[in-house]
This record gives sequence, C-alpha cells and structure tokens, in this order.
Amino acid sequence: MASRPAYLDYQATTPLDPRVLEVMMPYLTEKFGNPHSVNHAFGWEAEAGVEVARGQIANLINVEPRDIIFTSGATEANNMAIKGIAFALHPRKSHVITQETEHKCVLESVRALENMGLRVTILPVDHEGLVDPERLAAEITEQTGLVSIMAVNNEIGTIQPLSEIGAVCKARDVVFHCDAVQGVGRIPIDIQGMHIDAMSLSGHKIYGPKGIGALYLRRTKNPVPLLPILNGGGQEGGLRPGTLSPALCAGMGAACEFMLREGPDELLRIEALGKRFWQELSSDLPEAQLNGSLQSRYWGNLNISFSGIKADRLLSRLKTIALSSGSACATDDANASYVLKAIGLEHGRAEASIRIGIGRQTTVEEMSAAREEIISAVTTLRSS
Amino acid sequence: MNKAHLYLDNNATAPVRPEVIEEVCRVLEMGGNPSSVHYKGRSALHILENARKKIAAAIGADSEQIIFTSGGTEANNLALKGVVGRSCLLVGATEHDAVLQSAANLDRDVVILPVDNNGLVVREALLDAIDQRGGVNCLVSVMLANNETGVIQPVAELCRAAKERGALFHTDAVQALGKMPLDFNGLGVDMMSLSAHKMGGPQGVGALVIRENVPIRALMEGGGQERRRRSGTENLPAIAGFAKATDFLMELIETTKEMGCWRDRFEEKITTSCPKLIVHGQQVARLPNSSCISMPGVASETIVMAMDLAGICISAGSACSSGKVKASHVLKAMGMKDAVAGSSIRVSLGWQNQEQDLDVMQQKLLTLYQQKVKAE
Repeated sequence: MASRPAYLDYQATTPLDPRVLEVMMPYLTEKFGNPHSVNHAFGWEAEAGVEVARGQIANLINVEPRDIIFTSGATEANNMAIKGIAFALHPRKSHVITQETEHKCVLESVRALENMGLRVTILPVDHEGLVDPERLAAEITEQTGLVSIMAVNNEIGTIQPLSEIGAVCKARDVVFHCDAVQGVGRIPIDIQGMHIDAMSLSGHKIYGPKGIGALYLRRTKNPVPLLPILNGGGQEGGLRPGTLSPALCAGMGAACEFMLREGPDELLRIEALGKRFWQELSSDLPEAQLNGSLQSRYWGNLNISFSGIKADRLLSRLKTIALSSGSACATDDANASYVLKAIGLEHGRAEASIRIGIGRQTTVEEMSAAREEIISAVTTLRSS
Repeated sequence: MNKAHLYLDNNATAPVRPEVIEEVCRVLEMGGNPSSVHYKGRSALHILENARKKIAAAIGADSEQIIFTSGGTEANNLALKGVVGRSCLLVGATEHDAVLQSAANLDRDVVILPVDNNGLVVREALLDAIDQRGGVNCLVSVMLANNETGVIQPVAELCRAAKERGALFHTDAVQALGKMPLDFNGLGVDMMSLSAHKMGGPQGVGALVIRENVPIRALMEGGGQERRRRSGTENLPAIAGFAKATDFLMELIETTKEMGCWRDRFEEKITTSCPKLIVHGQQVARLPNSSCISMPGVASETIVMAMDLAGICISAGSACSSGKVKASHVLKAMGMKDAVAGSSIRVSLGWQNQEQDLDVMQQKLLTLYQQKVKAE
C-alpha cells in the first residue's frame, strides 16, 4: 500500500507533470530575464520562451497565437473576460447572461456587473446540470452583449451543449465567453465550430503550474472588444500589464503541448476508469446516486451522493484517498454546494456528496482500492 | 551567450537565487491546492501560511496584512482601484505605469503631484492638494524608490502629514524591497505593494500589504481566497519562493549598501572622464544599486544597443513600455528636456554582481562617449 493517500481530486488541482518542470527549469535559472526588456539578450531569450508557449497554447485550441493573453490564472481570465467585455460593450449593450452552476469567479464577476447597474440573467439548469439553448435564446434581447457559459462543470462534470449555445450567440450577434478551465484537453473543443469568442484556461488544471492561465480573445478578424481590468506597463498588447513569468508561461505551454499529443488517449483511459468505477460501485451500493449527467459527462469527475450520510463524516473515514466534497474554493464556507442545489438535489443528498477526480496519474489499482474503501466506509456509517 | 553577458538590469528583473529555485521546485513537485481539505490541501495551506508569516516578519507587518497577488502591477491596481470611498487620487509624477495608468483609468479626480529636479515629490503641492479636497476624500500614492533613478521618497514623512489630514496612503515599494530596510508599520502607510522578482524571488508573485481598517473591494472575484480580497488558486510555488528569498533579505540589503560605494566610484570616474554625462538624482538619497545617466545627444536606444553588442545588459528606463523606447516620463517630470530624457540609461546591480562589473561598464561607456560625443 502506498505511504501517501491516492490523489483523487484532479478538479481542485493536478500534479505538475515532471516533464513540464523540466521545460520550466531553464527559465528559473539561466534564462531569468524580463521578457519585456527589449534591449538585451536576456530579455529576448525570455520573450522567445513566452512566445513559444503562446504558440503551444494556441495550437492546442487551434487559434492564432496573438489571440492568447497570459493571466495569473483562470480566476483572472474569467474576471477579465466578463468585466472587460461587458465594460467595452457598455452602454450600447447592458445585459449579461450566465447560468447558475458556473464557477464562483464567473458568478461573482457577473454580480459585480449587476452592482454597477448592468442587467444580469442567470439561467437555470435541469437536473443533469444542462443549460437549455432555447431558453438562452429566449432571454437574449437587443441589449444582450455577453453570454458566459462554462464547458465542463467543476463539481459535477456536466458538459454544456457548447455548439448549440455558440450557434444561438452567433445568430443573435452576442459575444460568447466560455470558462473552459475543466474542459480544455479533456473534451474536444472547437473554437470556430462552437463560435466561441473568448475562452478561459488554467495551467494547474492540465498538469501545468499554478499562477498562470490564459484568455483566448479573438483579436484578429472581427475582434472582440475588451477593456482591461488591470492597467500598467502595456504588456500583452495593452490588455494585461505586469511582468510575465517566462517559467510559468513555458510550463503552461509545455502542458498544452503534452495535452495536444496525449489528451485524446488519456481521455479514453480516464473515461474507462470512471465508467468502470461507477458501474462497480453502483452495483455494490445501489442507493448511491451519480450527480450530473450520464450522457453529457466528463467521466474524470464522479460526483456521488449517499443519502443519509454526511460528506464530512464519510471523508474523515477515507484514510487512503484524498478527494473532496465539491469545489476547493468554497471549502471554508461549509454550506452545501450551490451546484448540487441548482440541479435540484434536496439538502440531505447535497450534503452527502463526494467528488472523485480521476487524472493522468490515476491507476486501476487506486480506483479499486478507493471503491473498496468507500463501500466499507458507507456500510459502516449506515450500520452505526 | 549568457555566461559572457554582463547583466546590469536588475531593476527590470533579478536572477532567481539558487536556494529559491530549489524551494520553488520542491513545492511545484509537491502539488496541492491550499483550499482543499484533504492532506494535500492541508500541507499546501501550511506552506502558504508559513510563507505569509515569513514575508510579513521580513517587512515589519502582520501576516493578516498580506494579500498575495500575481505581482507588483496587480498589487498597485488593487490598491488604487480597490479602495472604497476615496474620490480623489493623488499620485506622484514619477510613479510606475501600473500606478499612473490605474489612476488614469479610474473615473475619479486624479492629481498628478509634481516632483523637483531631484525627483522628490513637492511636499507643499501634496499638502495643498489634500487640503483643497479634504483629507478624508483622498488616497495618496507615492512610491518608496523609483525604478529608473533609484530616488527614495521621504515616504514616512509625507505619509505622516497626509494622514494627519485624514488621507489614506499607499506606497509602491516594489523596487525598495531588498535594496533598503523596509518596515511597513514603521513607515505608517496604509498599503504597500511588493514584488518578488526584483529581489531574487520568482516572477509571477507579489503582495499588497494592507492595514486591517482600510476598506477594499477585490478586483479578482471568485472563490474568496485571501480573505475575499483576491480570488484565485494561490500560486503556491512562487509564494514559497518569495518567502525563501526573504531569508536573504538582510544580507541583500547589506550587500546593496556596499554596491552604493561601487556605484559612487563608478559615477565619479565616468563623469570625470566624460564630463558631458548627467547623473540623475545624485543630490538626494537613492537606492545604492541604481544609476541613471544621460549622454545628451545620443539616443537611449543607441547606448543600450551599443552596450548590448559589447556584452552588457542595461536598459533605457523601465522594461515595461515594451516595443518602442520613449523618452522617460520620470526624467521629464524631473524637468529634463527631451534631449536629456531621451538619452538616459539605467544601470542596476543585483545580488550576483561584483564591483569589477562596473569597471567593465565604465570602459565600454567611455568608448562609446569618445566615439559619439567627443568626436563632435
């Protein structure tokens, strides 16, 4: 048995791929320059590293490198996209639409816009966590400037119908922003085909480093307007100031490169692990419930509830696996998940759910050990 | 190529200390999200809070006063844009663009405070501006040390006078950290911006140090990290590296003090052999590692390029204004004509430099001077 618990919380963060660390090292050591120093070799070398990384990210999602803006992470990318695009469209357009299971940073950004006087619509989701594109179309008015809908939900793994949503936005000439933090490299995303105008990415959810993310923003043809939320030295085409970290950029670039090469096979493997786990667990514990969608699901995310058992009691019994009861950000407020409430789970079940996150390093053995342990913990708690 | 190059552009970014690299790598390999409740999250949280304590102790602050950010630019943006209830912003004319541009993009009454020929904020102008607007409406932002000239503002004194009138006071201490002693509580300021990569820490991390009673609204909203003042998963490896770099803070400040002697000798030699050169801010207290020199008649870019060909990395002012080199707004604010402001270079030393490095610099600059200036 491993001395450390098996890590099954890949939605919170992923371990850094050792190959990524190797790519980052030279930028921490000899290539330490400021990529914005235009006058000397140290600056050029650092800048070259940043630009290679920009190309690698662009390549993964099949866009132009100059449409990639580096940020400090996905939270910043989402804040920047939602506030920045809404500000740029205001006052011509003053209505923003999102949906209720978005990540907190999207919901909070939208709430901030509402406090500033913009009109905000938060779409409901069905019991699988899906947005109804027709409902979206019905909410769009002449005033609607921006729609922000995520690719894959971080708590329940539901994949939103991006093609349909994109088509609605395109037809109504509304900017479509997508928080694809949990989706990039995990599910196929076709920016052109899905008519995505802006998309947020994170480094540390794809085996890259923390502290780096990116915003895809179409700037080449038919550019999407955006007012920067940070001001300063004019880096990133004037849209995002601050000295970039070439090490972090290079790390995220390398992570994207590996995702491009290995993502499709990895997805098949993870899907198989997830499906098998659920089949076996649900046959042993028929009362267990898989939250989210069966059809439109990223199978690396298994959100499961066991009615009548509180998640924290269950988690405290799981000594050899590290997993969570939902989003990592909200763990300090002990409220039941707003995502589970949104899909109509009654409070008892919402409180009784755990999230199993499967990823690159997860093995078949870890999954069966986790299953055994969960089954025995649930059985013990039931009988006590 | 790099080994042969002499790096004298430490105010743009300084090389990361080997001990810091080790720490960054250790935490990178460790993984974990500090907000997760399981063992990995808990050990990440432990590292985060230890780093916070260490950095706070190094700068005379309490750990609750530290908000980690993605760097100095974000810290400055957060300070200026996040503060609630101050309708007037008073900022020094020689501030970094992160402060000047933040101010320019706010829908508030902005006053640019003039500086004298040495780059010091004119005290009377500051106090007049506060008195006209009412102190309780004002937020003042004056940097501790300038990134181009190294000129040190009398922040403690300005802050005292401003606060007596009810104003809030922010200082951008990005360049000061590691180059002079820094004491948040001693300075008396309400907010202070820091960056790790100017003092041997990694890029991509900084902090806003803020007093508990200053009302602030987050710029990055989301998961509610950093006590709801800055959302987003913390950049833990960089934060740990930042904390590690503060282990060397006292040592670095001592070494930097010594650099002041090297710098003074360098400036004396170079102005003796090249009498037309102008050294900026020489009359007042400066960061001991910085030297800002104009060679009138020769464009900054020309000097910098010539130095690069000679194997020396310096810069023409700040590194940010990527692309075209513009005449320095700092020197223009100090009353220098375009010809002088547009012919300036910045030489800045770091923990890895030796005094001989400045001898090389002096030789190369002298050669250029003889070609370009004396020949005329």
